[in-house]
Amino acid sequence: MSPAQLIVASLALPLAGAAGIALSGRWPNLREGVTLTTAVALFACVLGLLPGVLGGALPQLFVLEMLPGIALGFRVEPLGMLFALVASGLWIVNSIYSIGYMRANEEPHQTRFYVCFALSLAATIGIAFASNLLTMFLFYEALTLVTYPLVTHHGDAEARAGGRTYLGYLLGTSIGLLLPAIIATWAIAGTLEFTPGGILGGAASNAALGGLLALYMFGIGKAALMPVHRWLPAAMVAPTPVSALLHAVAVVKAGVFAVVKVIVYVFGVGTLAKLRAADWLPTVAGFTIIAASVVALYSDNLKRRLAYSTVSQLSYVVLAAALLTPLTVVGAVMHIAAHAVSKITLFFAAGAIYTASGKTEVSQLDGIGRRMPWTLGAFSIAVLSMIGLPPAVGFVSKWYILAGAVGAARWTAVAVIALSTLLNAAYFAPIVYRAFLRPPAQAAAAHGEAPVPMVAALCVTAAATLALFLYPGPLLALARLVGRMA
Amino acid sequence: MTFAHLPALEVVVPLIAAPLTVLIRRSAPAWAIAAAACSFSFVAALLLAAEVAAHGPISYHLGSWAPPWGIEYRVDALSAFVLVLVSGMATVTVPYAWRSIAAELPRDQVYLFYTMFCLCLAGLLGMTITGDAFNLFVFMEIGSLSSYVLIALGRDRRAQYASYQYLVLGTIGATFYVIGIGILYLATGTLNIADLAQRLQHVENLRPVLAGLAFITVGVSLKLALYPLHLWLPNAYTYAPSAVTAFLAATATKVSVYVLLRFYFSVFGLHLVSVTLPMPEILLVLSIVAIVSASLVALYQTDLKRLFAYSSVAQIGYITLGMSLTSRAGLTASVVHLFNHGITKGALFLLLGGVALRAGRTGLDRVHGLGRAMPLTSLGIVIAGLSLIGVPGTAGFVSKWYLVLAAIEAGRWWLAAFVVATSLIAVAYVWRFVEAAYLSEPDERTPEPGEAPLAMLLPAWLLVAACVYFGFDTSYTVEAARRAALLLLGAAQ
Repeated sequence: MSPAQLIVASLALPLAGAAGIALSGRWPNLREGVTLTTAVALFACVLGLLPGVLGGALPQLFVLEMLPGIALGFRVEPLGMLFALVASGLWIVNSIYSIGYMRANEEPHQTRFYVCFALSLAATIGIAFASNLLTMFLFYEALTLVTYPLVTHHGDAEARAGGRTYLGYLLGTSIGLLLPAIIATWAIAGTLEFTPGGILGGAASNAALGGLLALYMFGIGKAALMPVHRWLPAAMVAPTPVSALLHAVAVVKAGVFAVVKVIVYVFGVGTLAKLRAADWLPTVAGFTIIAASVVALYSDNLKRRLAYSTVSQLSYVVLAAALLTPLTVVGAVMHIAAHAVSKITLFFAAGAIYTASGKTEVSQLDGIGRRMPWTLGAFSIAVLSMIGLPPAVGFVSKWYILAGAVGAARWTAVAVIALSTLLNAAYFAPIVYRAFLRPPAQAAAAHGEAPVPMVAALCVTAAATLALFLYPGPLLALARLVGRMA
Repeated sequence: MTFAHLPALEVVVPLIAAPLTVLIRRSAPAWAIAAAACSFSFVAALLLAAEVAAHGPISYHLGSWAPPWGIEYRVDALSAFVLVLVSGMATVTVPYAWRSIAAELPRDQVYLFYTMFCLCLAGLLGMTITGDAFNLFVFMEIGSLSSYVLIALGRDRRAQYASYQYLVLGTIGATFYVIGIGILYLATGTLNIADLAQRLQHVENLRPVLAGLAFITVGVSLKLALYPLHLWLPNAYTYAPSAVTAFLAATATKVSVYVLLRFYFSVFGLHLVSVTLPMPEILLVLSIVAIVSASLVALYQTDLKRLFAYSSVAQIGYITLGMSLTSRAGLTASVVHLFNHGITKGALFLLLGGVALRAGRTGLDRVHGLGRAMPLTSLGIVIAGLSLIGVPGTAGFVSKWYLVLAAIEAGRWWLAAFVVATSLIAVAYVWRFVEAAYLSEPDERTPEPGEAPLAMLLPAWLLVAACVYFGFDTSYTVEAARRAALLLLGAAQ
């Protein structure tokens, strides 16, 4: 297939998959077969685009002119390639996990669940491949809307409240801040195409650009920069597979992906470096890293702790991109992938623990590692990655970020990363300690591992966390290509 | 040749169809006649629009009497666009009415609905196409009188009160309009719109002209439900038969907006309206109050028809807001929103008609769990609701884009912020339906599972599809609105 056809297929496959899932809803095995087939086919399509992009090509697809002068169009550049690879690859694993989780927990509305999941992936690919801000915005909003039914899956009062917070923050920021920012960019620059070096250089006064940057950074609510992070813990009312793939990978990464896109391709690193009005960004990101870690430290609920850890880790990407050096940009891009595989493992483990034992709080986990060695083993590997220790992939991205920050003599950023590493250890290590070294509570009911599909899935992602440390090859190559444009 | 007489036939065909339905007095043939007349008007409007796009404005002299003595029908970029909207909505509504009206009206009254519908259509098309200010008044009365009857046909007895309320306010509006025209006639000695514009430039004593402008503004504002002259609208939309609500919401107020645009930009001119008088500022303030207050009131409604009726008042505020900016982007936003809001509201009210049919009423307490009972209807309401909010990929987004762009280009950042902030209120009221339909369990008031009849669902979904289509392919709507804006500003200078 030609690259343009592969782009079409990558967008159409999940949509067709959603239709297939809806039609086969009456036969669960067939339905799950459709999900898995779609996921594998999608990954194959995305993978098919990789060699060209690594070779420096930028496959494009023009669909139509949405507004005069603004296309609905797609262009696969290295950053989008990496994001699409991570999201579509993890969708396969997540689907296997979902099957185990949804069946073991006898969740209702499973067809709707899988349909929305497939639609979310279509929206994610749309964001990854979008060639301009309007196209990206279209899919960005679509992603919010199709994940809403997943967040409110249980339909009870808690889900309703969580859904309101979710929608309120995400639509509030995107319609209230991001949309005006995009329209202002159009009014100033006369184009919305993502262009290496940016489109805003010299086009407006420094104050206007500074204001615009603020609109973008807080308008992209999915990046969860404080104070627009509250939707993420609220989204934890969703079933765990949703938290795992969407609220650790697709949705939040769409946020930081958009942030990096805006910094590299809309403003341009050169323009921002000269802009004094952009100096606040590393500070806000640094504050988010530390503050979210502290909240995580005091959260007893496991999923909530993971959610705040995600808020903190997302700001690593923002901070790294905002330091505006090629090395930190490489680190930022790598961290999108590194955090994805590690955090999805942690969520998988949290869901497995809940399914096998019904436990949701950290304080209940004493000795659980003996009953669920595989799950907690995988969890521990992911923890290494979150802290940034070898031999896990988190080390690689942190290395680049730190190297860039030291090289640019940004000592505050170095200190923030060092402190947050300690905090990461402080809120993750006790879980591992409890699970393996504390004796189980007396009254604990006997249970073993979660169902096989779930354990298999989390082992795969844990293995990926290690494998990507040893062989970061193509991902690092993509990240370097982005770094070259910075 | 008939093609040359298309401007006249556009109006005359539905006008003649009306008495025909009375002669026959049976519902099925009356329906067929109405359907044929509406479709004819729609095709004629499309042909006229194509002709205007290719060869410029059409001036048709009724009875071959040359203007300014005879009545002129004038089709230009703006009126052609409005003709397409009005006749298109009628063509979608009539098939819908087949089942919907049969369920809501006694058998022996059904033909009357089609009579009044054709008259109303003729009135609205006539208002749009005519180039004569007094002829416009005549058509305004035809359209209004028939719509009073249409509203009074509602099943609920409160429909008669709603109709009466509209009758009183509508008559005041029409009277104000005709007083304004009278003053202009005294000042200039002409009633032809183009001629009026010419002669007004040479009028020395401006005071009566300004009085005329004031009368026309108030009169037309009553018809277009500009805040605070909107009081007739919520009741009228709530209690009218579903098909009537959908048709009127999508067209009647829009045609009145068209009349206001016409008078401000083509007759009085930008100088008189914005320099001699502060009309843009007044419109701006009223629009802002309309958007905020009506959106907030919508938020607290318990009946969906009423909720979306208030939302209409707010959305009309966006249209007049674009108008008040008097810039190219502003007028483009205004005209494009006229169309986009027309199809969006049309879709919503048609779908709500299905809900009313199945659940008896459209109260929010009737739609608990509707997502499962009527999946297609619910999904349609959600999609049209997204268009109302202005989510990208829907028609409403295009309007919002131009409105915000116009505000930014005018350097009014606060206005851009206002527009996006208020669209978040729309999220809140649309989500009241979403939570009721999808997150609440069905109870005894929820209708049994089953969709509305296909004859109602199909037209409604046609409009839902249009909401999405015109969100992606904006070449027709934006291009037409852009031409209309250029025309208005060209005429205004």
